[in-house]
This record gives sequence, C-alpha cells and structure tokens, in this order.
Amino acid sequence: MAGAFWCLVEDDRQGLPKKVMSEVIGEASRLSNGQAEAVWITDKASEEGLKQLGEWGATKVWLLENAAFAPYRGEVWVPAVAELVAKESPRAIFGPVTSRQREFIPRLAAKLGVGLAADSVAFAMEGDKLVATRPVYAGKLLSKVAWAKTPWIATLRPNVFRPADAQAGRSAQIERPSVTIPPATMKFAERREEVSTGLPELTEAETVISGGRGMKGPENYVILEEMGRVIGAAVGASRAAVDAGWRPHRFQIGQTGRTISPKLYLGFGVSGAIQHLAGMRTSKVIVAVNKDPEAPIFKIADYGIVADLFEVVPALTSEFKKLMEK
Amino acid sequence: MKILVAIKQVPDTATQVKIGADGKTIDTTGITWIVSPYDEFAVEEALRIKEKRGQGEVVAVTLGPDRAKEALRSCLAMGCDRAIHVNDPALAAADTLATARALAAVITQEAPQLVLCGRQAIDDDMGAVTAQLAELLGWPCAYWIMEEAVDAEGKSVRVARQVEGGLEVFDLPLPAVLAAQKGLNEPRYPTLKGIMGAKKKEIKDLKAGDLGLAAEPSQLTITALEALPPRPPGRIIQGDVATAVKELVRSLREDAKAI
Repeated sequence: MAGAFWCLVEDDRQGLPKKVMSEVIGEASRLSNGQAEAVWITDKASEEGLKQLGEWGATKVWLLENAAFAPYRGEVWVPAVAELVAKESPRAIFGPVTSRQREFIPRLAAKLGVGLAADSVAFAMEGDKLVATRPVYAGKLLSKVAWAKTPWIATLRPNVFRPADAQAGRSAQIERPSVTIPPATMKFAERREEVSTGLPELTEAETVISGGRGMKGPENYVILEEMGRVIGAAVGASRAAVDAGWRPHRFQIGQTGRTISPKLYLGFGVSGAIQHLAGMRTSKVIVAVNKDPEAPIFKIADYGIVADLFEVVPALTSEFKKLMEK
Repeated sequence: MKILVAIKQVPDTATQVKIGADGKTIDTTGITWIVSPYDEFAVEEALRIKEKRGQGEVVAVTLGPDRAKEALRSCLAMGCDRAIHVNDPALAAADTLATARALAAVITQEAPQLVLCGRQAIDDDMGAVTAQLAELLGWPCAYWIMEEAVDAEGKSVRVARQVEGGLEVFDLPLPAVLAAQKGLNEPRYPTLKGIMGAKKKEIKDLKAGDLGLAAEPSQLTITALEALPPRPPGRIIQGDVATAVKELVRSLREDAKAI
C-alpha cells in the first residue's frame, strides 16, 4: 500500500523547525520505508529550515506559508490542511505533542472522520496496518490501538523516538500548494512572554532536574537552576511544590502538568507520587535523591542516593562542573 | 447565559488498575471513581461565570455507564443546576470521535452559549474531545486556557491560552468551546447543603436514539492493554555524600552514558 507519512512541522516561530521534528521524521521514514513528507503551516519559513527538513529525511515539504497561519487558530488551519489531505491522500499524519498540536490534530481527525492516537510512544507495522502504543491510566498501563481507516493520525511524545540522522546533501522537494484560507473569527489580542529562566523548555530538554516538597521553599530552586546551567538541563517541580506556590504551574511535571521523557531525570526531594510518575516514567535514566529511604521514587530509580539534598546538590553541581570542563 | 460543561468519570489516580479478562479494558472491581481533575476546573469556571453575571444556568453532561451518575451528582453538589447523562450500551466502546458526536448532539439540543471541558481526561489521556466538539459544531475553540473573561453582553470571551514560552490572548465570539488547564482556578469543595441539594436536582437520561445518533464503527480500537515492561533494578549508591556523588557522576558518564 502506497502513500506518504506526513509530519506536521512544529517551529520556533522564527522560521526553523524544532529539533523534535527529527524524531517525528525519523519515525515516519522508518515506518514508511523512506516516504516521510513534511507539512509546514507557518507565517514564516526559512531556506535554512527547509534545508534542515530535507537533511532529516523529508522527501517533500508541503509549505503552506501565509500570515493568516500565525498565531495558530484551528478554524484557519483545519480547513486548509484538510483540503490538502483530500488532494494528496497521505497514509498517515504525525505531529509532535505540543500545546497547539494537542488541539489541531484531534480537530483535523474529526474533520476527516478518522481515528487519533495521541501521545504515542511506539509504533509497529502489523501486516499493512499501523499499531500505536500509548500510556494510559497515569502511565500505569500501555494501550495498543489500531485505526479503522487511513490516514492514521497520531501525535508522538517528544524525546522517545530515535531522531533521524541529518545527512548533508539530502534535500526535499518544495511544494507550495494553493489552499483556501478561511477567515478567522478568533481575534488575536496579545502574546505574553514568560520570564525566561535561560534554561531549556521542560518537554524538549534532554536532561531534566526536578525539585519536590523536600526543596522546603521557593528560594531554594536557585541551586537547581545553577545545576541546570552547568549541564544544560530544564528545571521542573512536583505537584506538591507547585500547589505550595513555590513554582508556577508551567513547571509542574506529572499528570496535571507536563509529560516529559528526557534521557536523564534527576529528582531532588521528590517522593514519587503516582501522579508525578505519570509525567516522567518514560525517562531513560532516573536518579533520585531523597532523605527518606522509603520514598516510592526509589522503586523506579536507576540510581538513588539516600541523603539530604542540600548536601548532595552543591556537591553534584561541582562534580558536573569538573566533568564539563574536561 | 447557558453554559454546558462536559465531564468524565475516571479512576482515581491512586487507584491500582488491573487489566480485565478481555485484555482490552480494565477490571473495574474495587476502583474508586472521581470526576477527572481538569473537568473540575471547567465546572468551577462555569459556576464563577454564572455567579459573576448573577444569572444563567450551568448544565453538566457526561457519557458513561450507570456509575457515571455519581460524577454528575458531584458536579450538581458543586453547584451545577442540572445534568444530562448519555447512558447507552451502544456507546460503551465509543472512541473520542463517537464521544464527541454524542456530546455535540446534546449541545445542539441544549444550545448553550459556552461549552467548557477539561484539557484531557486522566484515564486515556487523549485530550481530543474538546477540539473535536469544536470541529463538529463549527465553533471557535481555545485549548489549555489559564484565564477567561466573558464580556458584559455575553457576546464574546477573552481567553489566555498556554503555549510553549508564554500565553496567547484571544477574543472568541460566542458560542465557543474552551479546554481548561490547571491554574485557571481553584475548584471549590461541595458544601453539605450543596450535597443535600444535589439529590433533588434533575439528571436527564438520554439514549443514542434520543440524540439521533446512527450506529457507526469505531475509528480507533484498543487491541490490547499491556503492563509496563519492568525497569531494570536500580541501585542505591552508598557512602558519604562526597563519595556517593562522585560514584553517581562516574556511573552516569560511563555506565548509563546519560551525561
């Protein structure tokens, strides 16, 4: 069965695709034997960005570039992309889990009348059908799902899939299809930027440091941020710390916060309540530091230190510094 | 102003879930059920809008089996005026699209000016129904809202939605569909008076036929539920802090290759 696997491009709003796209394109290429195509809906693409998508393995880029596409509005995007789907009949449509894809992709699926597997962590071709695996019930179980018909629509959890190797010289054919752009009823008023910590975004970071109730107060997060700057890690928090008002909600890791899947997770003073584990269980390597040897997080930790975090954090930061200077 | 809140009953986070005999659904024996936490933010916001305006009606709606009535009672106890229970074995295996179609049919009958949902239910974590409702109804939609303000005339709503790196503020004409994010508000606990009063409030039962829903095949089917693959056993690093930290960094570098 022929047909391309489409990859919806998430960009940095400055004309470059985010690096999570190398994971989406890599997985789409693997499943389709090299028939991954990118669909980039944006107000501003760049030559460099288009080149990047090609190097990651997209054979084609469908570029829908128009000022009306930013900021994202479902009522504008969905009809435009659905029109292209009707013309080109892709076999699958993949996108990374981001705030706007969380809305756009299910809406597109409803428009097309097909199924959606959100936040998938694995795919397999079974015969000529795709099967997705996704965590359910706070990550306590895995659910395997299959679609009744194509296009198979799914979102992919960042940091889980193997990224495509960028190959210099590999390039994508650029298509600029004309689609009808409907008027928007939602009026954009303003964007309020977060105060930047200068550290990576939680869901994208390869290393995440998390502070729980053991941090004792908001003022102590500076020691985690210092470690974050040394190793290039994002700094998050448990629900207990967020509910106590120590950190804004956007830093919460867990069931009612962000889901992360970094290469390395370092938890300090985090007990490991189920609702926290739901948001970080698929991390590759888990380190836990807690005074309480009975803390549930030690059950899933690869490495644990039972000690006072206020002694461990400065010592660890200093060891990391030595390592980075080598 | 009429506001409709779509909610879902889900297992409590702390509940142990076991795979059922069919290998595709969970064994519901002994499970504690709750209103999905994000849905409580939606209910709370609806009640606040009504209270601020000094008039209006808040209707809670769910699709689910008999037990889901408990979840509707909780919403009534919080202060919703009445509830609608779409309860039909034909919809027992409904995927997100079938669920959205059923709820959209209720919304078409009820004709509210605003629909509020939680950003996702914490059982299957699909987070799709709100957006699919918007698409089926042809209404504007905003996800992950952190702030909301309906204008005095009840003609539009200003929302701040959470995106990577900040908040984006939009004005949406009503009717519209909104998905509540944590941080929007702090849901109230039902009062004793609220709990007693909830027993007298109306819960209307609806079947697929009442909504004019035709039977249709599921677009997404669960083929199997599986336990998590076990993680390799971890290691507690012994010794004083200085020694343990050195050994941790060595292990992360040399064994785990994680840094």
